[in-house]
Amino acid sequence: MSGGKWVGQSVKRLEDRRLLTGRGGFIANVEIANLHHAAILRSPHAHADIRRLDVSAALAMAGVIAVLTGEDVRQRSDPFMNITGPVPYWSCAVGTAHFVGEPVAVVVARDRYLAEDALDAIEVDYEPLPAVVDQEAALAPNAPILHDNLGTNLAVRRRFSFGDVDRAFAEADLVVRERYRFPRYSHFPMETYGILASWDAASGLLTVRANFQGPFIIHTVMARALRLRQNRVRVIVPGDIGGGFGLKSSMYPYMVLLALAAMKAGVPVKWIEDRREALTASSSHADRVTYMEAAVRKDGTVLALRTRNIDNVGAYIRTPEPADLFARFSAMTGAYRIRDVALDLSAAMTNTSLTGPVRGYGGHPLYFALERTMDTIAARLGMDPAELRFRNFIGAGEFPYTTATGGEYDSGNYPECLRRLLALARYDELRARQRAARAEGRLFGIGLATIVDPCVTNIGYITLAKSPEERTQRRAMSGSGDVGTVRVDPSGDVVVLATSVPQGQGHETIIAQIVADELGVPIERITVHAEVDTLASVWSITTGSYSSRFSSVGSSAYAMAARQVRAKAVKIAAHVLEVAEEDVEWKDGAAVVRGAPHTALALRAIAGIAHWNQTSLPAGMEPNLQATYAFNLPTSRPPLDDDRANTQNVYGFGAELAVVEVDRASGVVRVLEYYTVHDCGTVLNPAHVRGQVQGAAVQGISGALWEQMRWDESGQYLTASLQDYLMPTAMEAPDIGMDHVETPSPNTVLGSKGIGEASSMAAPVTVANAVADALAPLGIPVTSLPLWPDTVWRMLKEAQGP
Amino acid sequence: MDTCLVRMRVNGRPVEREVPARKLLSDFLREDAGALGVNVGCEQGVCGSCTVLVDGVPARACLAFAVQVDGAEIRTVEGLTTDGSLHPLQQAFHDHHALQCGFCTPGMIITAYDFLARHPRPSIAEIREALSGNLCRCTGYQQIVEAVQDAARLGAVPEGGER
Ligand code: FES
Ligand code: FES
Repeated sequence: MSGGKWVGQSVKRLEDRRLLTGRGGFIANVEIANLHHAAILRSPHAHADIRRLDVSAALAMAGVIAVLTGEDVRQRSDPFMNITGPVPYWSCAVGTAHFVGEPVAVVVARDRYLAEDALDAIEVDYEPLPAVVDQEAALAPNAPILHDNLGTNLAVRRRFSFGDVDRAFAEADLVVRERYRFPRYSHFPMETYGILASWDAASGLLTVRANFQGPFIIHTVMARALRLRQNRVRVIVPGDIGGGFGLKSSMYPYMVLLALAAMKAGVPVKWIEDRREALTASSSHADRVTYMEAAVRKDGTVLALRTRNIDNVGAYIRTPEPADLFARFSAMTGAYRIRDVALDLSAAMTNTSLTGPVRGYGGHPLYFALERTMDTIAARLGMDPAELRFRNFIGAGEFPYTTATGGEYDSGNYPECLRRLLALARYDELRARQRAARAEGRLFGIGLATIVDPCVTNIGYITLAKSPEERTQRRAMSGSGDVGTVRVDPSGDVVVLATSVPQGQGHETIIAQIVADELGVPIERITVHAEVDTLASVWSITTGSYSSRFSSVGSSAYAMAARQVRAKAVKIAAHVLEVAEEDVEWKDGAAVVRGAPHTALALRAIAGIAHWNQTSLPAGMEPNLQATYAFNLPTSRPPLDDDRANTQNVYGFGAELAVVEVDRASGVVRVLEYYTVHDCGTVLNPAHVRGQVQGAAVQGISGALWEQMRWDESGQYLTASLQDYLMPTAMEAPDIGMDHVETPSPNTVLGSKGIGEASSMAAPVTVANAVADALAPLGIPVTSLPLWPDTVWRMLKEAQGP
Repeated sequence: MDTCLVRMRVNGRPVEREVPARKLLSDFLREDAGALGVNVGCEQGVCGSCTVLVDGVPARACLAFAVQVDGAEIRTVEGLTTDGSLHPLQQAFHDHHALQCGFCTPGMIITAYDFLARHPRPSIAEIREALSGNLCRCTGYQQIVEAVQDAARLGAVPEGGER
């Protein structure tokens, strides 16, 4: 529960001082001996055979050490493994390039300037092939095929049905149908990818330093591609990452590519991605086409959903894709009591850049279709959209609640969140303002969205890409655990080893808060080491900084490790004080004998004994005072044979409201006000929660209004600079009004859930709903994003007629 | 490759190096002057993370060659800190949780420093406009704006800047 001495307080961040003074431990600042630099040659074509690649002129240039080509990559590595089958995806184009920006060769030179010079000297003969960039076009007959060995661009298709969907549709008073299109954009962080690879041929050890959100399953994927044993691949993540938002879990093809370059060159190699490379070829969520049908009773009860999703995953399937399709599987019905659901999920490959996890993975397009549908239903029934949601919410007394698709929602109070949101935004007044604005002919809109925030991936969900029969032939997958180590040193000070590196979420501070409370020591006496080293850290296949894991499973692991240290300290104290263990309690950082408050041993004294006087410990006890605790959630089971699956483990909630005005003359959408009410269970640090929500909300609003990655029909990429790809500045970003509801999770040790992703999922559709509401008097539907001025202007023109 | 002798003072310390004429100021500051707080977020002159003061005027270090500012006095975020204690503007960022990953922060602080030196009592709209050349992907800006507002209130930066 909140309200510890440290947990629940806005403790100021321990990591700030170094970041504020220019001493952040970012990857670009890492140096090692004899470091050389890499530059990557990339395909200018969306689809082309590489007929000839001549690197001799480049190799002859001063300062150039080596050039790695697709042929080297084919000889020295294997395609990355993938759940859906034999998509031949290597870290570099092998024979054929499939998207603009795909790596074609790597130059290693003495410095980066020389490496980039040498790129110009590489001669490549391309034979351009027809390209396709739209997922529905890619699945049409006669579409250009990307991978001949598959004979189709369809990477995966799975159909599911839960309940009696046909009957529900037959009984419905109203059926609402629409096609939605969610665009491609990405939460590109300010710091690009950076990698240092070094190969110790003598011992066969590869060391890759990178600003990576892993290691998790990706470490296995990398080791296999490199044909190395997993314990010979050492991944080190330095202590500061300049933003990640999921993208930095997809950088592993480059980690492999640079490893191969370092192996070939025989020198350590550094590569810092530039902004153009990041925008062109790093990672984004898949864009999605959704066909959504809802069966509704006239009282507003939503009986059933039929959904067909088609994801565009780019030119290859990059693990963990096509997980975008399944990542929110257990929450497909959102916050509502909908029991009958049919899902038809497919992913298509096109000549565009590759997709992967992003903040809110799979949630933005899911809620875009679902929450637009809810608003459309409300409009068709002449019902207030808030009222429609109240009628369909899972009730506060119904938790734990199992969804139609198998999700096990742990806790929540959705009606209370929405009530608070309406109060915070003064909803009735807003509606009155809207009536007044409309009377003046202004386009003023209010939009709502209420979404479940599924946190902590259960790795079993990836296997939903396979049918139950195929799944039984493989080993089942399940789990979501994390590991924490707490160590008390001989002087009684505490060191915590973290197993994930944050990208701005303040893990050091929060871990220190948790351990300070558990051990009753001042926060100043705790040092948190938040650097991952796969050789030196204790970790597992799920370890990493992704899927809102830290505040749920991470916090649990650190709390449990601290409790084990405390339990051991109590045992030592009881032994030394010659009292029964039950008579000793832990208070304010000391073991105190019940009823004899002056008979006590402080942590410092106990640590001293555990290290300095090891034979004085109870018989059979290990010396030292430390614990490593691997925490897993028992709710992380493999998918069931009927395909129901709990794809995440704890479920937060967000209710959001946007107020917008659309300018009739220019089509510009202005966000006048934005509000959000969250439930992330126990709040560990209110300032951090506020920061996470504000950042995520602005990213989501930006997805609705500004950001989009664009390709022309031939597959040329059009948004490769920050002048073309619009990120919001302080001028556009609105203030976010905020409130919270706390329903602690029964699944985590401190009751906390994730908080960083809800608003990035909710905000795009919240804004879309507000714009749709603004345009409602003109009868203009909103079915796609982004709502750029020219797009809205055209919608207005069409509605007004010639 | 043409090289030139480049001399400047970086945070009060003289730096003198023979570097290629095409070496960017951002690379010079990072590699030759040890100012690793000059973060490079785009090399396209858009993100503002590499902002430094060149003879007291904010400039994007990724858009200039080192040789172009030969003889200049450069101040980076490292130069705001004295004796290991935070500058009041840095302190305001700390107090308001105005940074998350911290990558944009040095450029943001330099920009805010210059702005406050010229506008001691800014409105919120003026602060937002002043910061609009610096991108931040983490915070949504609200807490940065609050930090700058508070720094102004506390007089964290003297009018005309520190000499
Ligand atoms: S790095 Fe200089 S403006 Fe972005
Ligand atoms: S704090 Fe991360 S980009 Fe600003």
